[in-house]
Amino acid sequence: MEQLINDFSPGLFAMQTFILIVLIFLLSKVAWKPIMGALKAREGSIKDALEAAENAKEEMARLQADNQKLLQEARMEREQLLKEATAIANRIKEEAKTDASKQAEKIISDAKKAIDVEKNAALAEVTTKVAELSLEIAEKVIRKNLSDDKASKDLVSTFVKDIKLN
Amino acid sequence: MLNRTTGIFLIFILLLTTSSAFALSGSSEEAAGQVDTPDEINDYIRHHLQDSHYFTLWTNGKTGHHIGFPLPVILIDEGLHFFMASKFHHGETVAESKGKYYKLYHGKVYETNSEGEITLDDHNHPTNAKPLDISITKGVVGMLLAGLLLLLGFGSLAKNYKSSALPKGIGRVLEPLVIYVRDEIARPNIGAGKYEKYMPYLLTVFFYIWILNLLGLTPLGFNVTGNIAITACLAIFTFIIVQFSGNKEYWKHIFWMPGVPVLMKIVLMPIEILGMFTKPFALMLRLFANMTAGHFVVMSLIALMVTMKSQFGAIGSSSMAFALAFFITIIELLVAFLQAYIFTMLSALFIGMATEEHDH
Repeated sequence: MEQLINDFSPGLFAMQTFILIVLIFLLSKVAWKPIMGALKAREGSIKDALEAAENAKEEMARLQADNQKLLQEARMEREQLLKEATAIANRIKEEAKTDASKQAEKIISDAKKAIDVEKNAALAEVTTKVAELSLEIAEKVIRKNLSDDKASKDLVSTFVKDIKLN
Repeated sequence: MLNRTTGIFLIFILLLTTSSAFALSGSSEEAAGQVDTPDEINDYIRHHLQDSHYFTLWTNGKTGHHIGFPLPVILIDEGLHFFMASKFHHGETVAESKGKYYKLYHGKVYETNSEGEITLDDHNHPTNAKPLDISITKGVVGMLLAGLLLLLGFGSLAKNYKSSALPKGIGRVLEPLVIYVRDEIARPNIGAGKYEKYMPYLLTVFFYIWILNLLGLTPLGFNVTGNIAITACLAIFTFIIVQFSGNKEYWKHIFWMPGVPVLMKIVLMPIEILGMFTKPFALMLRLFANMTAGHFVVMSLIALMVTMKSQFGAIGSSSMAFALAFFITIIELLVAFLQAYIFTMLSALFIGMATEEHDH
């Protein structure tokens, strides 16, 4: 200890203090401040870049999700449309079918009605013709009867035979 | 790449050990005689550990001629005295400056009469007056060199950032170190948000101590961080910074410890006050002792080639000394970093303790 105190040089101590103060001041001005500033700036820019990359990645993922959603929606819409279109088509077909059958029924019933009318008319005409013929025959018979008794008897029996046959 | 780095590293270590050995063996014969006995070697090492007014590379033992150069002497003694250390003639003659007489005695400058008389007390310490010696000694040269290296290295790194965000050249080595000090020493100990204010001091001290420690391993023979005045100055800087950054809580914990009985508060107060001073004191002593011990061990091991010459022969003792010194020098390289790290780490820790926000 005594040796240490004896070796202690106040002059060297003073010089060291002076040099150290100057050195701290100079280095801080020339080196440390710019270096620390540059390091901080660089670290900041690296951090920013990383954050930006992260953000871009998130944005990308979000866009992709959006796209997926849009696609899904479009698909669903298409299906909906298709479904609706089929339904409409079916309905139209169904309607057409019922319409057609109705039409056909109507046509058939109309035809039936027409046939009935024609038939009745024809029957009426036949009846009239028969009556005319009967009258003509009756006229002829009457005229013959007046000329030949026997012959008129035969004729009447033939006529009666015919009528019976009819 | 790794092999190449290892190779360069090994060559560096080889250079360190061999040239230190060369420096010692070259100067192992002082003018006073041969440095052969353990006592003489001890004296030689002790002499090396002290600061010097000469930048001696080696001494020619036969002629007593010192190879090296004298450094300027600056004394404050009723005015400024400035002359070259060559005027002392290695303590053999009296140097006269502005009517005052000075003599170099065991590496220190004393004021004497014109005859150069040094009076000694019972402990063999001179009683002569000592002027304030602010000479550019070997230690100061070391400090200036370290400062210059720091300014050049980190100045270039700072300039480099102006043109590109990535460091080039020497900056590639320095930048991770700066980031290391910031992220591993300052931020965890002081806390985010507060550490930036102390970065200039911590960075300066870290690299300053490290470079000076490394300079001590070169054969130039610097021993700056192994000088108590230097470590005391560094520790006092930390002490002052800690006291000035101490918040209310810090002072409260020293003078009136919260959360303990009143009697304990009174007992704890002197202990805490003592603790304020023991912390920087330990800083000072740790760095000083480690570096001094390192120099002592390396030089003693190199000196084995002189002391063991009679037992093992010239080649045996030399190779043994070389192997051991080589090994210790590698460890000293680690210690050089470690001590710089510990000093900075503890400084940051003390600052952190003083600025800590307590929430009870």
